[in-house]
Amino acid sequence: MTPEPSLLKALDYSVLQQCMHCGLCLPSCPTYLETGRERNSPRGRISLMRAIADDELGATKAFAEEMSYCLGCLACTTACPAGVDYGTLFETGRAEAERSGAVSSAPRSLIRSFTLRFLLLRPWALRAAARLWRSYEVSGMRRLVRASGLFSLLPKRIGSLERQAFPVGREFSDALVAAVERPAGEIRHRVAVLTGCIQDVAFSEVNRATVDVLLENGCEVTTPRAQSCCGSLHVHNGDPEGARKLARRQIDSIDPSLFDAILSNSAGCGSHLKRYGHLLADDPAYAGRAVAWSAKVRDISEWLVEIGFRRPAPPRSGPSTAIVTYHEACHLCHGQKITAQPREILLAIPGVELRECAEATMCCGSAGIYSLTQPGTSSWLRDRKVGHLRSTGASIIVTANPGCQLQIQQGLTVADGTKESYPRVVHPVVLLAEAYQAVKESKKNL
Amino acid sequence: MRIPLIAELIHILGQPQVLTEREDLISYSFDATAVLRQLPRAVVFPRTTAEVAAVVRLARQHGAPIVARGSGTGLSGGSVPVSDSIVLCLVKMDRILELDSRNFTLRAQAGVLTQAIYDAADAAGLFYPPDPGSMKVSTLGGNVAENSGGLRGLKYGVTRDYVMGLEVVMADGEICLLGNKCVKDVAGYSLKDLFIGSEGTLGIVTEVLLKLLPKPAARQTLLATYARMEAAAETVSAIIAARIVPCTLEFLDARTIRCVEDYAHVGLPLDADALLLIEVDGHPAAVAEEAARIGELCRQFGATSIRLAADAAEAARLASARRSAFSALARMKPTTILEDATVPRSELAGMIRFIQETAARHRLEIATFGHFGDGNLHPTFLTDERDADEMRRVELAMDDIFTHTLSLGGTITGEHGVGLAKKAYLKRQLGDASYGLLKRVKQVLDPGNLLNPGKIFDP
Repeated sequence: MTPEPSLLKALDYSVLQQCMHCGLCLPSCPTYLETGRERNSPRGRISLMRAIADDELGATKAFAEEMSYCLGCLACTTACPAGVDYGTLFETGRAEAERSGAVSSAPRSLIRSFTLRFLLLRPWALRAAARLWRSYEVSGMRRLVRASGLFSLLPKRIGSLERQAFPVGREFSDALVAAVERPAGEIRHRVAVLTGCIQDVAFSEVNRATVDVLLENGCEVTTPRAQSCCGSLHVHNGDPEGARKLARRQIDSIDPSLFDAILSNSAGCGSHLKRYGHLLADDPAYAGRAVAWSAKVRDISEWLVEIGFRRPAPPRSGPSTAIVTYHEACHLCHGQKITAQPREILLAIPGVELRECAEATMCCGSAGIYSLTQPGTSSWLRDRKVGHLRSTGASIIVTANPGCQLQIQQGLTVADGTKESYPRVVHPVVLLAEAYQAVKESKKNL
Repeated sequence: MRIPLIAELIHILGQPQVLTEREDLISYSFDATAVLRQLPRAVVFPRTTAEVAAVVRLARQHGAPIVARGSGTGLSGGSVPVSDSIVLCLVKMDRILELDSRNFTLRAQAGVLTQAIYDAADAAGLFYPPDPGSMKVSTLGGNVAENSGGLRGLKYGVTRDYVMGLEVVMADGEICLLGNKCVKDVAGYSLKDLFIGSEGTLGIVTEVLLKLLPKPAARQTLLATYARMEAAAETVSAIIAARIVPCTLEFLDARTIRCVEDYAHVGLPLDADALLLIEVDGHPAAVAEEAARIGELCRQFGATSIRLAADAAEAARLASARRSAFSALARMKPTTILEDATVPRSELAGMIRFIQETAARHRLEIATFGHFGDGNLHPTFLTDERDADEMRRVELAMDDIFTHTLSLGGTITGEHGVGLAKKAYLKRQLGDASYGLLKRVKQVLDPGNLLNPGKIFDP
């Protein structure tokens, strides 16, 4: 088999040249913060990519490791005055690392093809795996296996995976949300809702809350059945071909001309969905449609603010107050530059006292599958994040991405053993849906 | 048998503090200066002054050049490695050692970030004024080595004005302490001044004793926009003529305004030809009076709009947007070459006109911004290093600008240093005698020519 041509060399050189290495990205980069080493910084990584494009460096193992060490949090894109498209550089760099095979190994390839090429390409397989996991947990098998010490026999990484693997919801979104739901009053907007993968199997109640909130705001909501993965995990893990395949499937499943907006409530998905136009730019059959499709994509909080969502009235009994803090998911604040809208929603909820935490826009270490590939850095970032969140004294932690939600929940568990004192970790639409519900309840009780 | 240099470096510093992999050498082969690149032989991270001295002695035994650096944000190639050099990166010496609020001093290691010094002083009700554009990233050691300026230069001066003492590792590995906490001190030559702005060619600064000021009780920021650049320049002259010394008096031209706004979204007017960002600080009554007077002068000299920052947060956003100007200009073209020709401020309007004419004459795109109050301009070439013909015209235009600068009694560099980028023009500015004196000082302090050799001048 002849090796594919270098992806970094094929990339438009001006994307690399855009970085004028001023260094203003350095303080924003979590991995540079950890090591103080230039190659672990955005401008350092770009210099390596440029060296590959210039034939001064091969796609070495060290380069591949560097690309794997980068979180892809995109904080550098917010810091960068020069407007460097690090998202594209990161995706190309990771794909180059995979293409070179510099870090390939049999177990790694097996895990990659099982997750990226099997599980995430097949909605039924993911849900079946999630069900299997749930029965493992619920049946008491997990306790048994843990007590047996069986996992101590496995490689450390898989053992830690067993401990951090996520809670599976009782029901998936298709059971909670009908294919089409109509608001009680006038239909002012028609929208499609994407249920996501992790959101669907771990936090399907967020999808239910999303639909509830939309119905309250005059939206007719269509939720296609058995949705597939959007492909963000693929493109962030060096598999652009898999990502393109999933993007085409997604585009085929929802006709953007039928809807005012296509909504995502998962920051990681939304950020990627808005780049379909870019991803399929070289596909003549899909390029135009991809642009039209991406143009309709909105994050749920972005959409609610855009349509002037209704502020829930305080319940007659007076709202109970709660201190709330907000962790900004990287792919919402850096990937989509959405920072004001989720706060606007929170501030509209009666009884919410919003207390900002330190380093709100810094990555929590979840970053797709980063907690599996870089467990050390991931847990360092997680504990740093949880420390900042806890020191606000908030009883509710809000974040708009399922990966962050899992990571923070897990960090709280690690931080202190007493389950009673955990703050609740929740998506902003869940709080908004509850506030609407509270108004209804208080009317009912009159 | 002689032990190889790298093995000895590892012995002194420990394996993790010595980098020699190609991937590391590439990522330390540049600073923030356009085009210049050179791979070093190794990159080392000392954690104490004693380690710095040990590395310097070792390098001397091996005849290996040393290039000291901090965060690598320099703009004249001062911290670009030289061939076969050891890059001595001081970012791990990043402790603030003492804040003395009775004497208004702060002592810190060279690798502390400028912003951290500002913040530490601020938290104690004190003020460290030097604020180079890269202050969130740049290190104190780099600021001293380049004698960095910033936005507050007009009223508060530059880094030199705040250095009371230095700890310096000399080329032979000796550690010298220069200066102290005394406001008055005439014991011997003021040698600390020799090292400020010496660009790592005379010694390696490891610790700095800084002077702090009481924090001004009040600040006010104004933003004035103009349809004509000349009107902005006239306003500046009028403010100075009115015997008002603002803390900051910054200028942005139309191109710079658009790039900065594109990045920072702070509501700069996109149709303006020029913009002045002005800050006054001091006693609340004086600040109110001066701000009002400046507002009148802006209107009188043709400002099309005047905006007052509503609060400290808005003022900080505007200053921070201004600091991003150089990097934001990189949005326009693949290569961005920044200069810092500086003229006596009375010559400013003429100098700006000259830059515009030069751009037209050589068919180049030059954006200009800078510190209007102190005559320190940043003409920025928006170009492409791969276009050989255009790069040649950039060289010619630069030569014209420097020649004109010198004819006005100006300097080829106000705050970025000579480094590699402005080496060719230094002799023209200094003249034979002064240029020779500079070289003699270098020869005395670094006879082996191992400290950042080939920077400022050729040996």
